[in-house]
Amino acid sequence: MNNVWRSALRGIGTPIVASAIAIVIGGIIVSLIGYNPLTVYGSLITGAFGTLFNLSSTLTGAVPLLVIGLGIAIAFRAGLFNIGAEGQYWVGAMASVWVGYHFNQLPSVLHIILALIAGMIAGGLWGGVIPGLTKAYVGAHEVITTMMMSYIGIFLVEYMIEEPNAPMRLKGYIPESPAIANNTHLLPALPITAVKQAQLSVSIYIAIAAAIVAWLLLKKTTFGFQIRSIGFNQRASRYAGMRVPLYTILALGISGVFAGLAGGLQMLGVEYQLNDSFTSQYGYTAIVVALLARNNPFGVILAAIFFSALNTGGQNMQQVSGVPSSLTDVLTGLIIFFVAAERLIPVFIGWVRRRRSQGRAHDAQEGGTLA
Amino acid sequence: MDAFLEVAGLTKAFPGVIANDHVDLTLRQGEVHAILGENGAGKSTLMKLIYGLYQPDSGEIRLEGKPVHFNSPRDAIRAGIGMVHQHFMLIPALTVADNVVLGDEPGGFRYDRKEAIRRVRALSEQYRLTVDPTVKIGSLTVGLQQRVEILKAFYREAKLLILDEPTALLTPQETEELFVVVRHLKDQGIPVLFISHKLDEVRDIADRVTVMRAGKTVGSVQVKGTTSQELANLMVGRDVVLRIDKQPLNAGASVLDVENVSVQGHDKHERVKGVSFSVRAGEIFGIAGIDGNGQFELVDAIAGLAKVVGGTVRFNGQDITRLSPAKRTQSGIAYVPQDRQADGLVLDFDLVENTILRDFRRKPFSSGGWLRASAARVYAESLIKRFDVRPPNASRKAGELSGGNQQKVILAREVGRNPSLLIVAQPTRGLDVGAIEGIHRELLKLRDSGKAIILVSLELDEIMSLSDRIGVIHDGQLLEIVDGPSATREQLGLLMTGIHPEDGMPLAVGTETSSSAPSSPKETGGQS
Amino acid sequence: MSFLASPQLWAGTLSLAVPLALPALGGTFSERTGVVNIAMEGIMLIGAFFAAACSHWTGSAWLGLLAAMVAGALIAWVFAWAAIRLAADQVVLGMAINIFGAGITAFLLNTIFGYNGTPTSTPSLPNITIPAIANVPVLGWFFHQQSVLVYVMLALVIAAHYFLFHTRLGLRMRAVGENPLAADTLGLNVWRLRYTGVIIGGVLSAIGGAYLSIGILNSFDVNMTNGRGYIALAAMIFGKWTPYGAFGAAMLFAFATSLADVLQGNVIPTDLLSMLPYALTVLALAGLVGRSTAPAADGIPYTLER
Repeated sequence: MNNVWRSALRGIGTPIVASAIAIVIGGIIVSLIGYNPLTVYGSLITGAFGTLFNLSSTLTGAVPLLVIGLGIAIAFRAGLFNIGAEGQYWVGAMASVWVGYHFNQLPSVLHIILALIAGMIAGGLWGGVIPGLTKAYVGAHEVITTMMMSYIGIFLVEYMIEEPNAPMRLKGYIPESPAIANNTHLLPALPITAVKQAQLSVSIYIAIAAAIVAWLLLKKTTFGFQIRSIGFNQRASRYAGMRVPLYTILALGISGVFAGLAGGLQMLGVEYQLNDSFTSQYGYTAIVVALLARNNPFGVILAAIFFSALNTGGQNMQQVSGVPSSLTDVLTGLIIFFVAAERLIPVFIGWVRRRRSQGRAHDAQEGGTLA
Repeated sequence: MDAFLEVAGLTKAFPGVIANDHVDLTLRQGEVHAILGENGAGKSTLMKLIYGLYQPDSGEIRLEGKPVHFNSPRDAIRAGIGMVHQHFMLIPALTVADNVVLGDEPGGFRYDRKEAIRRVRALSEQYRLTVDPTVKIGSLTVGLQQRVEILKAFYREAKLLILDEPTALLTPQETEELFVVVRHLKDQGIPVLFISHKLDEVRDIADRVTVMRAGKTVGSVQVKGTTSQELANLMVGRDVVLRIDKQPLNAGASVLDVENVSVQGHDKHERVKGVSFSVRAGEIFGIAGIDGNGQFELVDAIAGLAKVVGGTVRFNGQDITRLSPAKRTQSGIAYVPQDRQADGLVLDFDLVENTILRDFRRKPFSSGGWLRASAARVYAESLIKRFDVRPPNASRKAGELSGGNQQKVILAREVGRNPSLLIVAQPTRGLDVGAIEGIHRELLKLRDSGKAIILVSLELDEIMSLSDRIGVIHDGQLLEIVDGPSATREQLGLLMTGIHPEDGMPLAVGTETSSSAPSSPKETGGQS
Repeated sequence: MSFLASPQLWAGTLSLAVPLALPALGGTFSERTGVVNIAMEGIMLIGAFFAAACSHWTGSAWLGLLAAMVAGALIAWVFAWAAIRLAADQVVLGMAINIFGAGITAFLLNTIFGYNGTPTSTPSLPNITIPAIANVPVLGWFFHQQSVLVYVMLALVIAAHYFLFHTRLGLRMRAVGENPLAADTLGLNVWRLRYTGVIIGGVLSAIGGAYLSIGILNSFDVNMTNGRGYIALAAMIFGKWTPYGAFGAAMLFAFATSLADVLQGNVIPTDLLSMLPYALTVLALAGLVGRSTAPAADGIPYTLER
């Protein structure tokens, strides 16, 4: 049991230590340019959680990060790095919007479900088909193919609304799609004004349900068993009779399904139409979310809220303390850096020990090799 | 004769294991000196210490009388030590000349490629190591790649050549060619350190031999005047049981029928060419052969893991040639693959997950796509008990177990399914003697209980001591099937090199008769 | 097809190729030594920022370029240290550098120069017209009013090819990217060679960034690389990890963009044309447009217990 605890502690420990180091470095940067780090971080925390509205905004922003992060975590568990979730998100959003402003005679719930499923299918196909097939059958690296497909997806969605006669363009001067039907708008999470203003919809419940589904899928099903097995050892999985190419495709596809769902939820819960601005960045931040959560679905919930809080808090921080909100990007970059560089601490301890033993005695060389 | 290289009290420990424990070794000028020991005896660690790849915890290396300390291979090379690793250290994407001169290239800032080619050509003539310097390594045979490795050493003006398990991947012909090269080097006065676990080769090529066992050197002897049996005893620490007592054969009906099967390897080349044989219930069918002759592709194909391009495989009368691996497992074919860590286990999974690795689809371990963790745990714990897996903790990850216990887990999983056919490939590779005996006993027990067993091994002794019938594979073809108890090493050795005994002159490589001096009559007696 | 005779198209192609070819070249150096580098985007941004800032502070665009190179080398050194010494996941590290690069440059821009951006008085690198080239019929179209960095880029492409394939250090770097253990046993210093590759890559990427801020403009904008680092990644792969290949791919991708500019979306929608680099790269990786295989040890940290 000791072992289990130790590995669990390390699983949680590294992200927390990494975040702590990043926050300290951020504090140093802030003090160097003449601000009080406590005030700055204070305004960041108030901005993220201080009022019901702020808290709701944080949760609203956490929804896409959470849902995409789950998909990325599932791919990671299969040993696959889906770096192109941003494109899958947009393709999913596009499909949901398209369904959202067609089929207006459908009953509300059915219409919503149909729109979300369309988004999921679109995202799943975008992630699964080309990156999945090329990975499974010619070994094309999924980091590159998902990234390339992501760009292609974003340009595709742009094309849909930008050209004068583009397929999804609303007639008029502004490049945007028609708005989805009113009956597809998701209800607020709570019937409270602040929650409504922050656009926190029932999508937060759907997102949490998605986390539970992802957890069950990975831990409790034969599907998840195969995903994890393939992630650890493809050859042994093949020997065990698992169809590695199929599960590679499925893992990337499901990863895309989650990203597509996120796109749909964002359209139905917050945006209601496609605008000519494709800079959500959710797909990239969600990678960080999955990394920080160590691919644990429940960890993804916390990590999504954390990064969303950095974002909403950052805006408040800029208004209140005058420190540019881009500081939060610096923090994010540093956190990922230190999560990736998890060997930093053992290497550092080894270095200190060597230094000490070198100073101690004249047999410095011996000590160096022994350590 | 002066000592060229001396090793005194060399010790190197890794977490959990002392790989070298006060190792002593003396290599004299102009001798071929073998280091003999089983897999895992610490031979490779010793070589890496001498070559500067590892740093010793204590002890001393002296070269021509002077103590040396190598922080890296660079130091060792500079001191005149050349090494040919067991797994070649070559770069397939570069040419022979590039590989040879790398690290000490002719030219200034610019790389003088022409000069490199010229030098390599000259070297290959001097040492009779013919190879074209301008071709890419990736297109060369294993034997030629080894030549490049030797050229690399002499390009760096090696005064000593270390060959680490040099014959492991060679054909008999290539082995003989290598020995010609080694003798030529000896004639030029270059000392050679020859690492091996093959007794016959050591007798064939070495002047003296130092035997290692469990990380320690247990003795250095002249090859002349020492019998194979004495060397073997030194190696394993007690009299080797070369034939295991077993029950008389009680074979039943045919379980597996392989008919004219051809198999494609991962490289799309045909690795198995029209092989036919049958295995009956209650017998062990051994497949003998030199590594790389298609034996592993053949059993992969029976397990459904390699592509059958011709012929049929029948199991209990049914054609299974096109069946998926999972279906074959369910129908009663068990398979212990040769590489237990790469294929047999998921090292990051715990023992529960590993015991159901090939059975997770069926009840009670899952139903309707949902895993039943408690049923799996109960089953895993029962197998751990039955097969005495240590430590007996199902929550341990497979990667935390010793090699022998990992093998027990795989065997437990495969046997626990109560299969009618069990395929085992290299079941004892890298295990200690005690573990080997345990596995062998288990296999015989399964045979006596009426299972059909296919045993693939590169260790001829293992095949001979266990098999009821032995099929010899060479270049993808099953040359002959011989009776196990009456087979001789000479007969099998010849077949493994592709020669039928009645066909012509025996090619004397690696067989007992070719190398043993007539003055030691005991050793042949001990062997059979 | 009269637009094909338009100097604007060809000059635009060469000009647009610079901020793709340089980081693609940088990536090639890094990956040839075995370190997967997707951090070109972030390094370019850092290069672009320090080029503009130092150009403004010192009044010399050349010193700005130097500052970009130093900054690029430093950030690449940190990346290399974590990737090599700490054996960290190189793709994740690359992401970290990209996010950090975008954040720190925006942060520094806003804290140092306020929210109006770098001053308009910032000097930029000169444009050069070499009469001997400019008057050659077709070739002249390419070299119409080009920044000095265009010529630098062309020289660097040739130099990079020579360096990688015809020098001793180049041979060693390639060896380390194919089989570091083999290189180590021959006494090559794997880590140092990889540091060299990554840092050279960082300097080249930073020059690419500087081209954006002080080559064609004289200011720094937030996120001004706009994904070019990722297209450069595609160019590197499409160019099969060779300098000439990277340059050719960069030219092809730049041509697509330049064509879109010239045609103004009249024939083929701009957005669809913009997909071209990414689509070609996917096809190349799928083996449909020339097989593209990475160096054998690309992305695998090299550690040795001693």
